[in-house]
Amino acid sequence: MTQPAVHAPAHPNELLFPLGIRALQAGWKLLFFRSGRFQPSADHDAQWNRGAYIAEAFSHCSACHTPRNPLGAEWGGASRYTGASVDGWFAPPLTAANPSPMPWTSDELHAYLFQGLSRFHGTPSGPMSPAANGLTALSRADQDALIRYVASLRSDDVAPQAAATAISQALQVDATNTGRQVDPDARFYVAACASCHYNSSVGINPSRPDLALNSAVHLADPANLIRVILFGINAAEGAPGLVMPAFGTGLSDAEVARIAAYLRRTRTNEPPWPHLEKTVREIRAQGKGVG
Amino acid sequence: MATNFRINGRSASVVEETDTPLLWIIRDEIGLKGTKFGCGIGMCGACTVHVGGRPTRSCITPLSAVEGAEITTIEGLHPEGDHPVQQAWRELQVPQCGYCQSGQIMQAVALLKDFPSPSDADIDAVMAGNLCRCMTYPRIRAAIKAAAALSAGKVSHE
Repeated sequence: MTQPAVHAPAHPNELLFPLGIRALQAGWKLLFFRSGRFQPSADHDAQWNRGAYIAEAFSHCSACHTPRNPLGAEWGGASRYTGASVDGWFAPPLTAANPSPMPWTSDELHAYLFQGLSRFHGTPSGPMSPAANGLTALSRADQDALIRYVASLRSDDVAPQAAATAISQALQVDATNTGRQVDPDARFYVAACASCHYNSSVGINPSRPDLALNSAVHLADPANLIRVILFGINAAEGAPGLVMPAFGTGLSDAEVARIAAYLRRTRTNEPPWPHLEKTVREIRAQGKGVG
Repeated sequence: MATNFRINGRSASVVEETDTPLLWIIRDEIGLKGTKFGCGIGMCGACTVHVGGRPTRSCITPLSAVEGAEITTIEGLHPEGDHPVQQAWRELQVPQCGYCQSGQIMQAVALLKDFPSPSDADIDAVMAGNLCRCMTYPRIRAAIKAAAALSAGKVSHE
């Protein structure tokens, strides 16, 4: 040996009690774990089944996008893929419960998952960023299969008319942010955000994510929006090479809450988020974390 | 740990705390002083640079965010300072004190990429985050329109 051995004690088990007791895992597995190979469904063709295999067995999409019971197992049945909180973010529903006014068409799924930027849905951020990064390694046939399966989770088909209406409403509200702003919240939003997030009647520019269409503003949980405002998005995350600055550096909790409340009020028909300032304070205290 | 990125076409490797604002790195480590410090909270636009071709407030962008990114500052816009926006700026004598102008120009260049023939409303919305305490706004708006015409003319002659 040319180098002396390094003294490296084994890392102690840091799992919370009683999760660190290995024997108890047997009980959990008895309750929730079913071993077995992936079984293709006879009701669907080979491409759908390939997509189901990639999503269920290999990418484990449901680990984040399906809510869990108090013992940490994924709920089954109609709860599958209805969205869940994970690592401080909210993994949005992949079902018809997804609140974005724009349908997740095959084209948009492809742009979002494999190119890092969807024209209407923005960019994968937080824990979805490494997931999408990894998926780019799939072959084109596997990408298409995965999209086929994910698109099938959303049982309803949004009428093209509804999408056109959502776009025209988004552009109308963007137009209210031009010229003299009387509402102090609007003035604040225009000064801080509109240089990037404004679209004109020409249409939605993918590099100018329109916040009236983005699920972060429509979800019942404001975590995604607040996280992105506070901590920004790195060049390595989401759309390759692009950055959103970390506005938490300069804005107070109350100011971040004000922008979030303004977007919720003007860009959606959803009820206001409660206790926003407190939520911002908590998320700031948690920090950006990994992802 | 070093953070690596490209700035004005050259590779840069910086060993600094990763939460250091990009603006400080550009001015004090790389030594490019054209980008200015205005408010430090992303609300005035004086520190605007391009990251991946998009306008970005460098005072609130941490160094960690630009690992692997392509950055352009006012110095890198055109080797002779002859970008159509810079030409229009000189032609119309836009600056007064000049402090905010590199940020104004970087934002205007990005504006014209997205809106090649911008309306007054487009200019208002996109440029509202770039403050000018000398109130050169009417000349900024005129120069943006002049630059749009200049760029359009160039395209048609090519």
